[in-house]
Amino acid sequence: MVTKSLPLAKALNEALRAALESDPKVLLMGEDIGKLGGVFRVTDGLQKDFGESRVMDSPLAESGIVGTAIGLALRGYRPVVEIQFDGFVFPAYDQIVTQLAKMHARSQGKVRLPVVIRIPYGGGIGAVEHHSESPEALFAHVAGLKIVSPSTPSDAYWMLRQAIRSDDPVIFFEPKRRYWDKGDVDTDLDPGELHEARVAREGTDLTLAAYGPMVKTCLQAAVAAEEEGRSIEVVDLRSVSPIDFDTVQASVEKTGRLVVVHEAPVFFGSGAEIAARITERCFYHLEAPVLRVGGYHAPYPPARLEEEYLPGLDRVLDAVDRSLAY
Amino acid sequence: MWPGRCPASSSSTSCTTTPWAARRPSPRRPSPPRSSRPPPRRCLRSSSSRASPRARRKSPTYAAAPTEPNESRRPRMTTELVQLLTPEGRRVHHPEYAVDPSAAELRGLHRDMVLARRLDAEAVTLQRQGELALWPSLLGQEAAQIGSARALRPKDHAFPSYREHGVALVRNLDPAHLLSLFRGASNGSWDPAENNFHLYTLVIGSQALHATGYAMGVAKDGADTAVIGYFGDGASSQGDVAEAFTFGAVYDAPIVFFCQNNQWAISEPTERQMRVPLYRRAAGFGFPGVRVDGNDVLACLAVTRAALDHVRTGSGPMLVEAYTYRMGAHTTSDDPTKYRDEAEVEEWRAKDPILRLRRLLEREGHADEDWFAALDEEAETLGRRVREIVRTMPDPDPSVMFENVYADGHALVDEERARFAAYQESFVDAGRSN
Repeated sequence: MVTKSLPLAKALNEALRAALESDPKVLLMGEDIGKLGGVFRVTDGLQKDFGESRVMDSPLAESGIVGTAIGLALRGYRPVVEIQFDGFVFPAYDQIVTQLAKMHARSQGKVRLPVVIRIPYGGGIGAVEHHSESPEALFAHVAGLKIVSPSTPSDAYWMLRQAIRSDDPVIFFEPKRRYWDKGDVDTDLDPGELHEARVAREGTDLTLAAYGPMVKTCLQAAVAAEEEGRSIEVVDLRSVSPIDFDTVQASVEKTGRLVVVHEAPVFFGSGAEIAARITERCFYHLEAPVLRVGGYHAPYPPARLEEEYLPGLDRVLDAVDRSLAY
Repeated sequence: MWPGRCPASSSSTSCTTTPWAARRPSPRRPSPPRSSRPPPRRCLRSSSSRASPRARRKSPTYAAAPTEPNESRRPRMTTELVQLLTPEGRRVHHPEYAVDPSAAELRGLHRDMVLARRLDAEAVTLQRQGELALWPSLLGQEAAQIGSARALRPKDHAFPSYREHGVALVRNLDPAHLLSLFRGASNGSWDPAENNFHLYTLVIGSQALHATGYAMGVAKDGADTAVIGYFGDGASSQGDVAEAFTFGAVYDAPIVFFCQNNQWAISEPTERQMRVPLYRRAAGFGFPGVRVDGNDVLACLAVTRAALDHVRTGSGPMLVEAYTYRMGAHTTSDDPTKYRDEAEVEEWRAKDPILRLRRLLEREGHADEDWFAALDEEAETLGRRVREIVRTMPDPDPSVMFENVYADGHALVDEERARFAAYQESFVDAGRSN
């Protein structure tokens, strides 16, 4: 067993290194990922070890990065591209939505596009505008894409390796405020399926469902609630498309209450989908309506206000109180 | 903390790999200040004698280009229209681009163009009869498509836009695939790996990046393969085409960007897309560009073949602008009489690419009346086959909606597929399946 304690960003780096070593068709592309090692250093040292033809610094053009990755995938490569920040993905949105997502279906299965798009996303690091957004719902609405987001270094390592091995396009949302959180990574582990949710903490009174950066917040909320005598279960969804509703359903059938937490705006967000589906599946088990905690229907605010915008411990606990009050 | 994103630095304004760009004067008259430019349309119709974008468009230089000294490893950039065959069917010598097809090859080019035109005409008719949802006609662009496609080697890859029916025929794609797309029975359906002819792309310019990425992969493989990416004059306004030029250039990708400048992007003339002749845009990206008479199949063949040979050397991309004309509507959905002069169409009718080669074949005695008659019969057979394909094409099974959305499966798709099947089944149970 090879277990190491690694920060999440370093776990991603190790996953990329392992993927590059194990499959000569894996390529990395992105802005500043070579010599600099990426603005978050996730690709640190990889160009030095694997060369410029496998770890490619790209022109500053997001549509070009994704569009050429599609062409490389058509040629048999497995490109892993980095979009530098969440808010910069939109120039590539057309290529992702109209091309990458649809080509497998259009060709009736003859074309496979194993492209991974890594996007550092979410707020909480005091960034300027366009550097803190959570656009996952915009992509989850599009059939043909898989959307995942790890919350721990171990998941970061294994989910990225699984995403690269997948024959489907995967949008890999990296919780940038958790890049520096450390955790154990067992590189010999036999990981679960990429789309499987995980019960991160057991409880009996209420279920908190979250993914990516909000899992840690929800775990902290569960600890705080415990001091008030409340037993909270936390489900780490890991995958936003597909969503493992079976695991959420099992948890809600046990607790009778569900609060969904994400950084993205609540309106038309992934929480809405989860609330609707769980209401259909668990109507007679629910003791309270499914509640949602997330961002507001407003542009991501200036960083000095982000603590008000982001769901923190207090807002999650407030929703827990409201649910338990029914 | 994270370092943030740096804007791209703008270094030199001159491109060291294209010294000619700075030296060669523009053949276009100097532009008046933007504010005093005449409105681009309407008024121009009644003032054709005035120097105007329309007038400029009507007079590309047909003469052979003078040669120029060139220090670069790149081939010379021809600034004028490469032509090897006049509208009257006479051969023209060009100092840089030559092609000497055999009589059989000349007949083959003619046959390809005639069949492409017949397929196109039949499809237009079928659309008018309600059998196809839409059809983008290639009428007038046969030479650009057949000439360029015949320049490809079997291992080369073609990335079409959505009008490349002639290229599709040359690449042995069964027309049923094209027809099913425009009938609404599929969204593509063919295997690009079978004939190295990739899926049609309806979002303008997207495929330029796919072609470039593919060519980047070819370069990595060290393969003796070239890539051609087709797009139109309207697509040249798209960011994706500019980004494809950038990626192709900086990674020395073996790609020929083949622009069919057919003068119109639906109702918008080229003056709404560009102020500088399109082929010259290549210089700004650091690779050669050439303008070819797009109604001259021999010139299209010669120039595309030379361009493919050039990109195979690892010197990076090349842009070919085939200066041609879309004789019909953009698609069966628009009405070109609303936006363009019949006189303009007439002018181009005289440059018909098929008639032009037929004149050569007759003049040089490569084909007799019997041969042309047999070809007409072959074209009619193709037309009948196209009708037959469309009229007997079954609607796809509804379950196809759920097929191949994902390669590895997806819980939501599985759930919806099962629900849909149960819903369909409920009609059968109730005896109401019909």
